[in-house]
Order: sequence, then structure tokens, then C-alpha cells
Amino acid sequence: MSKILIRGARVLGGEPQDVLIDGAEIAEVGQDLAADGAEVVEAGGKVLLPGLVDLHTHLREPGREDSETVLTGTRAAASGGYTTVFAMANTFPVADTAGVVEQVWRLGKESGYCDVQPIGAVTVGLEGRKLAELGAMHESAAGVTVFSDDGKCVDDAVIMRRALEYVKAFGGVVAQHAQEPRLTEGAQMNEGVVSAELGLGGWPAVAEESIIARDVLLAEHVGSRVHICHLSTAGSVEIVRWAKSRGIDVTAEVTPHHLLLTDELVRSYNPVYKVNPPLRTEADVMALREALADGTIDIVATDHAPHPHEDKDCEWAAAAMGMVGLETALSVVQHTMVDTGLLTWAGVAERMSVKPAEIGRATGQGRPVAPGEPANLTLVDPAYRGTVDPAGFASRSRNTPYEGRELPGRVTHTWLRGRATLVDGKLQ
Amino acid sequence: MMRHLISAADLTRDDAVLILDTAEEMARVADRPIKKLPTLRGRTVVNLFFEDSTRTRISFEAAEKRLSADVINFSAKGSSVSKGESLKDTAQTLEAMGVDAVVIRHGASGAPYTLANSGWIDAAVINAGDGTHQHPTQALLDAFSMRRRLVGKDAGIGQDLTGRRVTIVGDILHSRVARSNVDLLHTLGAEVTLVAPPTLVPVGVGNWPCEVSYDLDRVLPKSDAVMMLRVQRERMNAAFFPTEREYSRRYGLDAERMAKMPEHAVVMHPGPMVRGMEITAEVADSPRCTVVEQVANGVSIRMAVLYLLLGGQEPAAASHPRTEEK
Repeated sequence: MSKILIRGARVLGGEPQDVLIDGAEIAEVGQDLAADGAEVVEAGGKVLLPGLVDLHTHLREPGREDSETVLTGTRAAASGGYTTVFAMANTFPVADTAGVVEQVWRLGKESGYCDVQPIGAVTVGLEGRKLAELGAMHESAAGVTVFSDDGKCVDDAVIMRRALEYVKAFGGVVAQHAQEPRLTEGAQMNEGVVSAELGLGGWPAVAEESIIARDVLLAEHVGSRVHICHLSTAGSVEIVRWAKSRGIDVTAEVTPHHLLLTDELVRSYNPVYKVNPPLRTEADVMALREALADGTIDIVATDHAPHPHEDKDCEWAAAAMGMVGLETALSVVQHTMVDTGLLTWAGVAERMSVKPAEIGRATGQGRPVAPGEPANLTLVDPAYRGTVDPAGFASRSRNTPYEGRELPGRVTHTWLRGRATLVDGKLQ
Repeated sequence: MMRHLISAADLTRDDAVLILDTAEEMARVADRPIKKLPTLRGRTVVNLFFEDSTRTRISFEAAEKRLSADVINFSAKGSSVSKGESLKDTAQTLEAMGVDAVVIRHGASGAPYTLANSGWIDAAVINAGDGTHQHPTQALLDAFSMRRRLVGKDAGIGQDLTGRRVTIVGDILHSRVARSNVDLLHTLGAEVTLVAPPTLVPVGVGNWPCEVSYDLDRVLPKSDAVMMLRVQRERMNAAFFPTEREYSRRYGLDAERMAKMPEHAVVMHPGPMVRGMEITAEVADSPRCTVVEQVANGVSIRMAVLYLLLGGQEPAAASHPRTEEK
């Protein structure tokens, strides 16, 4: 591998510095480094971050290759500045055996665009009844540490308790999709003023909050760590804040769309806004931003959920839930958190790279931009202003809620262990 | 020109009064020996029904035929829809056949809105009931029936329902009739009170332009019209109320309760009625009950809507989504 000199990059948003990559590692960080035969990338004041890590991605392969594959999904990830994605288990077949997680892991290796760390299902077939072979998945080549039935909630309290306990043996974590199933039967959108008018089945905040409350108490009782997927309500924030104040080992994520969009958008009946958990109210959005800023919410995770056009080009009730997010996540975070003064770029690095890598035990990811560290990096142009055009997406799917919306910032370069996966916004 | 009729909330006071006045003219056609106008000759209207609803479908069909439209009835059962065809493909198929208007009944809230706004078709879209969202022609025919009874057939022309007190009783949560009526009656100046067990009132009802009460007996003496909604027996299986008997006792309308209403007040029901549940036979068959009139008025209202949408003058109706404060 050759040498790359990134010249004049604001590392974590600080003063411009030069960063020299030698092979797979960062060799030097400092002022006026000599090019010395290295390929030079003029950063010109762009922000250099550790490669982003997404703890919550749906790559859809195996089974729904019409919406995304490991290859197209990792290309989308590289475009968005990611060097690692955690692939959710709700594939067909479900990633509930060592065989399936190894397949996904191997496809990730072959793609070469970013590291793919498979998430294993907590229960067989995501059915919530019987624990999947969590140990076998951990011991497989995929080395699974994060387990989730995402898309479905592990609603049985005993199964949840056992899973929390069981994964302690190998440092695993259960990532809970908090959705009380009985309270959300037929649910189509956030339950409130808008659902009452639109006549769409309501998805009450309490359906999320009651599960989170139960699970932090379970985690405390058995001394396990628990991760809460996609927090979406102000009440959930309060519960996590309380749990952390008690010293409970809980971490939580928020999606970019829950930091920006509200249920008012559902008035259009446009299924591109249909997502699980649903878009909530302005008050929830503000509480989530505040919680992400103060660390109550640890990380941003995309919940990138690709769907083919026909699954969104229909009446609301018939539409699939989910939004693509890998290629717009950083822009939305800049817009909602950085440009509003809530978070510095160092704070963004912490929440989109360092912490997610830590929670998922992704070694070599989310590391400091310092000599001797793996050269997993992304270069962002925060001054960029542009309109989201899904036609330019690397993802196989186009179900973005931001089409036509102006968002700031653009990822121009991504390096995975010193190898450029994205150069000047173009996939390599 | 009003393109579609998707939600009662889209209608201004003047739009609504124009429709009611036009329906009054249409009603006169029904008194003629030959009940037919040439207005929509050569126009094709399809009744696209994804949900069974014989009475609404027949009402629209009668209205369409009295206006001389060519009528196609499309029922989703036994069609390609049951084989997995999407709403989009069905709509485009009809469009390709040169349909001028689509009257749609769909189980999914918002389906007519999506049909009208997705760019799939050019035809006018009339919502004949979507999920638990809206049923605007029902609200119009209810308002028409109220205006006739409370203001008068001729005296009512050009009038709205200012100051009339309307009580709507029953399963508000799952009712598109209630939503449409609240919107339209508010627009027409009426004061609406919803009465239901708290389980059957939606969270978020506080923003609706109406009052909510859990006590029917207290509201009845202050009502000019009492609209009873059908309550499906299956609701008690989902714990919305304990038993049929308890529901009837607390929220059903019997003769004793009806006696608490003012002399002039009417009892309404959009049908189909569940006799013995929300309404006793004695009340349903009393002269104060407008159920049968509502059916006749439904044809006049639907004629008026079709006429104004496809052939008539220009009632400028705002399009969904609603932007004005209610």
C-alpha cells in the first residue's frame, strides 16, 4: 500500500493539520508534513473524522436482494463516511445461526467497502420464544457481540432477562427494539393529534417507554448491559437518563430522522414517512437532540432500512416501514446538532464512531486520529450545501424522506484501513 | 374548479352550502316521473370498492345513473386486487379505459388522498369512505338532512347550521363518519358534542373543534340532533367496553332517553343500525328518526357532488392537507 498525505484537514473540527497515512495505518499527524512521494489530498479546511460506525443497518441480504445487498449497502455506507456497519438480523433466513451470520460476514469481506459486523438474532426466527444459539454466533468467524430481534421486540420478560444474562459470558449486548406489541397492534403512526385526525392507528409513546423501563430494570437486576435501539420519545429519554443516574449499564441510540422529522409530515399520507418507531412530535425531536448533546443518548444509528419502490408507492397502510439513511446521516446530524451549536465535530465523532464501536466491540474502529492507529477516516466538507437527490444514491433503494430537501455537508473521502473507498464523492 | 372530494375538512362554508343547495335541486328530480338528467351523458364513473358497502355503492350508482353517466362497478373481491395487484396498477388500468371520475371506498385511511395526489391518474376522485379517516358525502347528506328538518326545505336554501347543537354518540375512535361530521358541522357553524366511553374516543381529540362528554343523559336535553353511530359487537372483544348490555345501558338510545331530547330534535343514524345495541327498534322506527330520509338524501347529495365536480360551476375547494386552524 502506498502513502497518502491529507493536507490541511481540521481533525475533529480543530485547527488544520496534515495527516499521513502509510499503508493501513496513520503514520503521522502534524503541521507541514512532507509529501515525500505520498499521494496528496488537499483537505482545504474540511473536517477529518474517524470512519463512522453504524450500529444499526439493514443490509437485507440474504433474502431481500431486491432492496439492498451487502455490496450495495456497504457502498452506500462508504458514501456516507462509514467504515463499519452492523447488519441487522431480520433477513430471510433470519440471522439466527452461525451459518447465516458467517455468510453475511463473508459477503462484507468480499465487498471491500466497509467492515460488516453481523448482528445475531436474540430468538429463533425473531419469534421471541426460544433463544437462538447466541454462543455459536459469537464463536463463529463473524464473532457476533450484538444481538437483536430488531423489527420485533423481545417482549417476553423472561426471554429478555435470560438473553441479557446469557451474553455476559462473552461480553455481548442485547439491543432492544422497544415496542410493546399489544399496545401497537394495527399501529400506523405516532398516537396523538395527527393520528386522531388522519384516522391512522395510533402508536403510543408508552408502548416504547414501558419496554425501556422494564429492560433497564432487568439489566440492573441481572447486572448486564443493555442497548436501546432508536429512542423516539421524550419519555424514553427521561427513563434512560434516570437509569444512567442509577448506574445502570444502558446505552441508547437515536436515528437521524428522529432528530429532524415529525409526525406532521404524515398528513401527506406519503409512505416515505412511514417508519418504525414512528415519527413523533416536535417536543420529542427537541428532547432527543438535547439528550444526544448531553450524552443521555450515546450514539446516532441510521436504522438504514431500504425498501423497493413498489413497497412505498402505495396507500399508507400497505406500505413498508423504514427509510434509507446511510448516505444522509452525517448531513442530518450536522444540520440538527452541529449547525445548531448543540454538538462540536469532536462530539459527532464520539457519537457516530467512537461510542458505537465501543458498544459493538468493533476493534480497530472508532479510534483516535493518531499515529499507529488504523487509517479508518472520513473527510467531510461542512460548507457544502446541496439538495438531496436519491437518484445519486449508491443504495439500491431510494426511500429517503429527504428528497428535494436542502441539507448541509458532504462526505468527500472515506478510507478503510488506508484504502480509499470514496474519493471526491465518488466510490472507488 | 374543485377537482376531488377527499375530506370534509377541505370544504369551505360556501362550498358546503353550495353542495347542499344543489342537492335540493337534485332532490326535485326524484319527484319527477322520469328521474333523470342528461348532465353527465358520455362521462364514465367507476365505483371502485375495496371494501364491501352495498348501500354506499348503490347510492352512488343511483346518483350516477340519474345524471346519465356510464357506470362501472369494480369490486375488489374476486378481482385482480385479491391476487395482489396494487392500488396504483388498478388505478392506472381504469385510467387507461378513460374514466372521468373514480368513487373510491378503501379500508386504508388516506387511500383516496394518495390516489388523487400521486400522479397515477387524472380522473376526479371522490372519497366514499377511507378506513377510519373520512366519509365526506356521508357528512354532507347528514348536514342536508339536518338542514331540512331543523331549518326547512325551502327556508334552508343558502343557510348553514349556525347555532344548531349536534350530538354524535358511539364509536368515535373507529368512525370516519364522526370525523367527517365534526369537520363539516364545525364549518357550517354547528356546535358538536361527541359522546362515547373514553375507550372509544381517540387520543388527540382535544384538538378537534368539538366538545367531548361521557354522559349521554346530560347532553340529550341540549341537542337539536342526535346521531347514533353503529358499534360493532367485536369491539367488546378488544376490551373497549365490557358487554353489549352495558354499552346499551350507558350509551344506547331508547324511548326513555329520547324523551329527554327537545321536542323538535331529531335522531339520526348513518346505517346500518344494530337494533338493540346503540338504538332500540322503538326509536329507530319513530317519526323523529331520519334514517330513511338520510338514504334518500344521500342520492341527492351524491348527484350534487358529481354534478359540481364533473359538470357544474366552480366551487373553489381547498385541497387536502388542511392548513387553516379549526
